Amino acid sequence: MTKKVIRINEATIRFAGDSGDGMQLTGTRFTEATAIVGNDLKTIPNYPSEIRAPLGTLAGVSAFQLMFGSSRVFTPGDLPDTLVAMNPAALKVHLKDLKKGGTVLANANAFSLKNLKMAGWEGNPLEDGSLEGYTVYSIEMSKLVGKALESSDLTSKGIERTKNMFALGVLFWMYNRPVEPTEAWLRKKFGKNPAIAEANITAMKTGFNYGETTEIFTTSYAVEKADLPKGKYRNITGNVAVAYGLVAAAKKAGKELFLGSYPITPASEILHTLSGLRNHAVKTFQAEDEIAGIASAIGASYAGDLACTTTSGPGMALKTEAIGLAIITELPLVIVNVQRGGPSTGMPTKMEQSDLLQAVHGRNSDAQIPVITAQDPADCFDCAFEAARVALKYMTPVILLTDGYLGQGSGPWLIPDPKSLPEIKVTHPDSSARGENGFMPYSRDENEARPWALPGTPGLEHRIGGLEKENITGMVSQDPENHQLMTDIRARKITRITQEIPPSEIFGKAKGKVLVIGWGSTHGSIHVAVDRVQAEGKSVSQLHLRWVSPFPSDLKEICDNFDEILIPEVNSGQLSLLLKADLVRPIHQLNKVRGEPFRASEIEEKINEILG
Amino acid sequence: MSETIQGIEELNLTRKDFVPGNEVRWCPGCGDYSVLANMQKTLPVMGVKKENYAFISGIGCSSRFPYYMDTYGFHSIHGRAPAIASGVKLANPDLAVWVITGDGDGFSIGGNHMIHVLRRNIDLNIMLFNNRIYGLTKGQYSPTSQLGMKTKSSPYGSIDRPFNPSAIALGANATFISRALDVDAKGLQESIKRAQRHKGAAFIEVYQNCIIFNDGEFADGESKATRPDNALFVTHGEPMIFGKEHDKGIIMKDHHPKVVTLGGDWSEKDLLVHDETNSIITNLLLEMTFDPLNPTPFGILRAIEAPTYDEMLTAQIEDVIEAKGEGTLESLFYSGDVWEVK
Ligand SMILES: Cc1ncc(C[n+]2csc(CCOP(=O)(O)OP(=O)(O)O)c2C)c(N)n1
Ligand code: SF4
Ligand SMILES: [Mg+2]
Repeated sequence: MTKKVIRINEATIRFAGDSGDGMQLTGTRFTEATAIVGNDLKTIPNYPSEIRAPLGTLAGVSAFQLMFGSSRVFTPGDLPDTLVAMNPAALKVHLKDLKKGGTVLANANAFSLKNLKMAGWEGNPLEDGSLEGYTVYSIEMSKLVGKALESSDLTSKGIERTKNMFALGVLFWMYNRPVEPTEAWLRKKFGKNPAIAEANITAMKTGFNYGETTEIFTTSYAVEKADLPKGKYRNITGNVAVAYGLVAAAKKAGKELFLGSYPITPASEILHTLSGLRNHAVKTFQAEDEIAGIASAIGASYAGDLACTTTSGPGMALKTEAIGLAIITELPLVIVNVQRGGPSTGMPTKMEQSDLLQAVHGRNSDAQIPVITAQDPADCFDCAFEAARVALKYMTPVILLTDGYLGQGSGPWLIPDPKSLPEIKVTHPDSSARGENGFMPYSRDENEARPWALPGTPGLEHRIGGLEKENITGMVSQDPENHQLMTDIRARKITRITQEIPPSEIFGKAKGKVLVIGWGSTHGSIHVAVDRVQAEGKSVSQLHLRWVSPFPSDLKEICDNFDEILIPEVNSGQLSLLLKADLVRPIHQLNKVRGEPFRASEIEEKINEILG
Repeated sequence: MSETIQGIEELNLTRKDFVPGNEVRWCPGCGDYSVLANMQKTLPVMGVKKENYAFISGIGCSSRFPYYMDTYGFHSIHGRAPAIASGVKLANPDLAVWVITGDGDGFSIGGNHMIHVLRRNIDLNIMLFNNRIYGLTKGQYSPTSQLGMKTKSSPYGSIDRPFNPSAIALGANATFISRALDVDAKGLQESIKRAQRHKGAAFIEVYQNCIIFNDGEFADGESKATRPDNALFVTHGEPMIFGKEHDKGIIMKDHHPKVVTLGGDWSEKDLLVHDETNSIITNLLLEMTFDPLNPTPFGILRAIEAPTYDEMLTAQIEDVIEAKGEGTLESLFYSGDVWEVK
C-alpha cells in the first residue's frame, strides 16, 4: 500500500508522559531532527516541580511541545495538532489543549485499570468513545518494544524504558524526519553501554517501520524547509544562550568571566553551563546563598573581572541590598533574572513576567538601573552580550530579564561569526592617573562613567563603599548638596543609556489604530496575533521593547501615532503601570498569570475587541 | 622571628605609607585605635606591596577600618564582606585580602558567609573586632554578649545565649584561628603576621573594648595588673603556663583542663603542651573561654595546612585547558548539532 504524503505549513506536537518516561529527551530529539530538516521552530518544556512525583499521577506528568514550520515560527505553538500521551494521566492533563480534530498517539499498554483510576478516568478513553472527534492511534508500544527486543540482554524494565523511542520513531515517520541523527546521538550517549544504545535504536526503528507498514496509518506529513537567513544554525535554549553571551562579552572585553550564583529553578542551567567552561577560564562560584552570589560578583568586579550573577525571583529578592551597593559604587555587573511564577516560592517551573517592577524599582532609595529583556531563546545571547557591554561602558549594574519559558525553551540560533561581534573597549587607569591631590575615583568620562581602578595598581589606592561619596574625590560625604548632586548624576547616567538604543522597529505601519506593545517573551505570540489581524486588512502594529529602563527615546512619539495602545503581559499589568506614568494616557491591558505564555489567539481576540 | 622575608628591604615601606590623610573617627579610647596602629605597623614588614593589599569590610564601627588604611578598600554592606572578599581574591589571587568585621557584622547578619568562607579556605585574612555589642547602632546586645547583659534592647538583661566566634571558626573547619587583645601590641602583631603568611582563610578574633557601650567587658585581660592571672598566651610546642610568677599551668584532669600551681606536686612536664595543628587541643582551649575556673586563651590557637579554594580553582582551570585546549568562541558556538541554511 502506498501512503499519502500531505504537505503542511506548520505543525505543533506535544509529547506528554510520566516524569520517568523521558518526554524531555524525546522532544529534544524530535527538535534536533526537525532543525536539521531546515524547519524553523520553537520549543517549550513543561515539567512538574517535583523531581519524581508519584508514578502515574496527574502531578507527575511531564511534557514538551514544539512548533515547526516552513516559514518563520515565533512561538512553540498554542494548541497542539498531535498529542503523544504515554499514560492516562498525560492524556487527562493535556487533552483539553488538543486542537479540535487533532491526533492522539497513546501507549495502550499504559492504560491499565490502576493507571486509569489514578488519572481520574471513569472508563478507558481509548475505547469508550471519550475521544470522539479526534484521530486516535492506540498502540501497544510497551508490547511492541518487548517483542522487538526479545533477544536483547536488557532487563524487562530496561526494555520497557525504550518505549519513548518507539513513539519518537512513529512521529519521525509521521512527519518525515530522519532517524539517523538520533541514531548517531544514541550511539554517542551510550558509548559505554552499546546494548542500551542498540536497544533504543531498535525501538525507534520499530516505531518508524510500524508507521510505514501497519495499515492504521494512511497518511504522513511533510513540512518544507523554512526560508531562514543563510548561515549555520544550532538549536539553543535561552539559558545556554545567556551563558554564551556572557562568555562572548568577556572575550570581546579582554576580561575573565566570573559568575557568583546559587542554584534555583529555572535559572540553574546558566550556572551549569558556565561551570563546564573552565577551558574558557570561566570562574564559577557556587555561593552559599544568593546574597553571597551577587556579593562575590561585586568583589570580582571590583578586582577587574566581568562579573555576573544569575537567579530567579526569590533569589532576586535576596540580592536587592547588594544591587544597591553595586549602584552606589558604580561597578559593572550583569544580574540575570530568569523569572518564574510568584510571589515567594510560587510556581518554580512555570513562567511569568512579574518581576518587571522589581527590576526597575525594587530597591530602597532612588536607585536606577538599566533593564534589558530578551524576546526569544536565541535573543538571550544578544541581550546578555549587550547587558555586559553596557555595564562595562557605563560602569553600572545591568539587569537582564528572561523567564522560564525563554530559559528552558529553545529555538534555532543563527550562529554569529565571533569576529563580527563588537569589541568591548575597557580601560583601567594606571599610576599616571594619580594627580597632585591623589587619585579621584569619582571623576567621570564623557559617559559619566567613573574610572575602574583595579586593586594592585600602584598609586591609585582608594576606598569605595556603600556610604555616599563626595563627587570626584570619593571621600565619605553626608553633605546635602553633594547627595543631591550624586543622586542626579547616577540617574542621569542611566537615562543616558537611551543613546545605546537603536530607533525602535515597528512591525506594521508607523501610524494607525492599535499599537500592541510588549516586552520579553510575549514577542512571539504578539507577533503572530498582530500578523493575523493585519492579514484581515486591519490597522494594528507591534512595538516590542528590549530596554524597559531606560525606555527608548522615540517611544512617546511612536505611541502618539496610534489611537489605542494594548499591552499584553504575563503579569497583572506592570509595564502598563510604568507606561501609563510615562505616557500619561489610557492603556488597554491584557493580563494573565496562569504560569503559561499567551496564546496568539487570546491576543488576537483582544485586538479585535479594541478595533470593534 | 626574623623579618627579613625576601623583598622587604626593596619595598622599603613604613607605617606612614599606610596612614591616609583623613581623620579617624572612632570614640576616643575605643579599642579599634590600637588595632589600626598595629596593622599599620605590621603590614610594611610583610613583603607585600602596598598596592596589593585590599581591605574589605561590612558595616559597624569596626568596619570603618578601610577608610583609615591607605590601601585599596571597600566598605560594603552589613555582613557580606566575606563574600565580597571571596570574589576579590578569586578575580585577582595576587592580592592580599583582609576582611574587617564585627561581632554583629560577622556573626549575626553575616554568620552564614563567615562559616562558608572559612570552610572553603579561600586565602584571605579575617579580623573580627569582638566588642560583644553593636557599637555603631548605639548599644544593642550582639550574639556574643553575655547572658544578663543590660543594653538598650535588653533593659531587663539579655536572655540571648551567646556563642564563641573562634569555636564557630573551628566548627567551620578553619585552618587558622588566633585570638588577641586590643591592648596587647605584641599579640596583635604576632596574629597579623601569622595570618598574613598563612595560606588559606585566617581568622583573628580581637577582644576589643567599646568604651561607650560595653566598657570593661574584657577588663580582666585588659588590665596589666590582672592579665597575667586571667590570660593564657599559648605558643606552639610550649607548655601552657601563665600567672604573674609564671607559676600556674594547665593539666588535663578527667578530660577537662584544670589549673595547677607549679612547684609542689606539679612540674612543667605534667602540663599540656600547645599544638596548633591538633584540633583537640584547639577545642580544649576554646572550651576554656567561658570557664570561670580557667584563664582565657590567646595566641595562635590553630594553624594547619590545607588546599585553598583559589589555588584549586586556578589549578582546575589550568588542568581543563590542558586537557581540552583553550576554549575559543568558535569551539563554544559550534559545540551542538549544527546545520547550514544555504
Ligand atoms: C542590612 C542592615 N541592617 C542593619 C544595619 C544597622 N547596623 C549597622 S552596624 C550594626 C551592628 C554592628 O555591630 P558590630 O558588627 O558588632 O560592629 P561594631 O559597631 O560593634 O564594631 C547594625 C545592626 C545595617 N547597616 N544594615
Ligand atoms: S561606639 Fe564603641 S566600638 Fe564604636 S567607636 Fe565608640 S567605642 Fe568604638
Ligand atoms: Mg560589635
